[in-house]
Amino acid sequence: MTETQNHQRKHLVLLFSLAVGMFGFAYALVPLYQVFCEVTGLNGKTSGRPADPVTISDTLVVASDREVTIQFLAIVGNGMPWEFRPEKHQLRVRLGEINTIDYYARNRANQAVTGQAVPSVAPGAAAKYLHKIECFCFSQQHLEAGEDRYMPLRFYIGVDLPEEIHTLSLSYTLFKVPEVQVAALVDKQS
Amino acid sequence: MVVQAQDIPHRSSLLAYIARWLLTTNHKEIGTLYLCLSFTLFFIAGAMAMVIRLELFQPGIQFAQPLFYNQMVTMHGLLMVFGVVMPAFVGLANWQIPLMIGAPDMALPRLNNFSFWILPFAFTLLISTLFMEGGAPNFGWTFYAPLSTTYGPPSTDFFILAIHMMGISSVLGAINVIVTIFNLRTPGMTLMKMPLFVWTWLITAFLLIMVMPVLAGVVTMMLTDRHFGTSFFSATGGGDPVMFQHIFWFFGHPEVYILILPGFGIASQIIPTFARKKLFGYHSMVFATIAIAILSFVVWGHHMFTTGMPLVGELFFMYATMLIAVPTGVKVFNWVATMWRGSMTFETPMLFALGFVILFTIGGFSGLMLALVPADFQYHDTFFVVAHFHYVLYPGAIFGTMAAVYYWLPKWTGHMYDERLGKIHFWTAVIAVNLTFFPMHFSGLAGMPRRIVDYSLQFADFNMVSSIGAGLLGLTQILFLYIVIKTIRGGEKASAHVWEGAEGLEWTVPSPAPLHTFETPPPFPVIMDNSERTQLDE
Repeated sequence: MTETQNHQRKHLVLLFSLAVGMFGFAYALVPLYQVFCEVTGLNGKTSGRPADPVTISDTLVVASDREVTIQFLAIVGNGMPWEFRPEKHQLRVRLGEINTIDYYARNRANQAVTGQAVPSVAPGAAAKYLHKIECFCFSQQHLEAGEDRYMPLRFYIGVDLPEEIHTLSLSYTLFKVPEVQVAALVDKQS
Repeated sequence: MVVQAQDIPHRSSLLAYIARWLLTTNHKEIGTLYLCLSFTLFFIAGAMAMVIRLELFQPGIQFAQPLFYNQMVTMHGLLMVFGVVMPAFVGLANWQIPLMIGAPDMALPRLNNFSFWILPFAFTLLISTLFMEGGAPNFGWTFYAPLSTTYGPPSTDFFILAIHMMGISSVLGAINVIVTIFNLRTPGMTLMKMPLFVWTWLITAFLLIMVMPVLAGVVTMMLTDRHFGTSFFSATGGGDPVMFQHIFWFFGHPEVYILILPGFGIASQIIPTFARKKLFGYHSMVFATIAIAILSFVVWGHHMFTTGMPLVGELFFMYATMLIAVPTGVKVFNWVATMWRGSMTFETPMLFALGFVILFTIGGFSGLMLALVPADFQYHDTFFVVAHFHYVLYPGAIFGTMAAVYYWLPKWTGHMYDERLGKIHFWTAVIAVNLTFFPMHFSGLAGMPRRIVDYSLQFADFNMVSSIGAGLLGLTQILFLYIVIKTIRGGEKASAHVWEGAEGLEWTVPSPAPLHTFETPPPFPVIMDNSERTQLDE
């Protein structure tokens, strides 16, 4: 084997590994994207976990007089046979104060259905100041045929919310969880 | 043992003929195959463009139902990007890179054969979706989720497989180019002495290896989302459809440079030849190309300004995008400086190269407008975007390829093309391109959305002009086909040197280039005085 052939083989192996590595990189982008969104609160994604109790007690002490409007939206995803609406469409809340609002859900289908609510906050920059203590979106909701339920959401808005934000919109889109995913998702949420 | 086309016994039967082309490992023959495939798909995808323009000739729905219109838009885009421009450049690379660096063939000839022969199958598969129940993919060439996942027609799975096959072909082709350039240069040709076409292709090949696997990754995620219960792009299971756009454009933006960098290389070969001067600023040309390639990885967000991206992201992508104008400007000024006080003549390749420089620059400017976040909010998804990318792709990638074909066709065939017809081709094409795409700037600024079968009455005049231009543009390409076939079949004998001002190793072999060249590495740099040229021509 000549020297050129040796070089060629080395280059071939290197370049081929680069291609395979880039295929893996495409998949690595998925967790990177999730982490990036969670850390920065960009994209209007709220944290999928309850707020830390210590932070809550600290915040309560410094509840400010500043009031903002929070609007609630409920959207039913494609193929989801539920009725889904917030009990009130908007609230005037003080920063740092804990509020509760109920969402009403009723399964109109004649069979049991599992649903998952996915939150989104507009403006996106406000997402990381919206702290949820209790939310039906933290887990899947299961309703038997015809069953209905009031689902509570307890939250407060951080006192450090940027000055220029006066109104927040919190939207929940309720998706039907396909049967194959029900089991898998239970693992993921816990 | 490498099989060469001529080694196949001449049984003078159809079978032998097929075997010859099926099994060839010769870079010139594979280059020809690539160019023929590209030319064929150019007419098929062009016919789809004709359907689109016919429908848009007048407001209202006349010829194409909305679903079919969407399929035409999608297939036109996919075929032009993956089936026309990319294979055309790979074909040119196959023909020219070994000739320009003094190599006997590509470094991996059998891999070369394999990368080509995947393509006809991939495109047959893709085109066959038109005849399937539910129709061809109809979600645009960018196949955004959930249009392509939840709402995609059943044929989407065939589309995914076709994309995988094209990806494999491109990556293998790119590996071959890099290995060839790194190992088979003739002694004395250092990297910084390589012709610019070879340089731009080297960089393009690296871009291909880095982004085609990402495309393969994203279509694989689509496939598992569609059939295997994952939810990468579905909010139901914790995924995010916007993430599709991020991953897609991480591939998509380097891809647009894959479609143009070899064109830059072609212009850098042709302009010095017909200006009879050395290329101005060779080193800066090389570094500008590398800079463009690196920057192309950090600007993908400018396709997504309206997705609700935070301000800081918009600003980053805006400035990064505008930064690309600097190396691109370096290139344009270098081409102009090369022509400055040169003894210029205007043969057809030079005309196409000049058309490339001027019209591509217009496309570059509209790109700068689109890079501005506040302006982009108005332009996004309008015909202004269509005007922009057709200005960089048609007079950019396609004119670049045509310039290359006119420039090297005498070397490939041994015959001169018909100069008069070539000039007619250029002037009709340049008029038709502007007639077709310039009015789209105005209809887009006035708010005409892209990818929609019908439009509001106030856009009627602009669209009629565009459609007339498109018809003319289609006809000029039939003239191009005629010119190419005529040149292959005969014509004035071409000399070895072909162009008076041309420099480089490819002009030291006779025309037509014999099947095997540079079996021993040629001396470099080429020193030719006129007497030697005359000898070579005899």
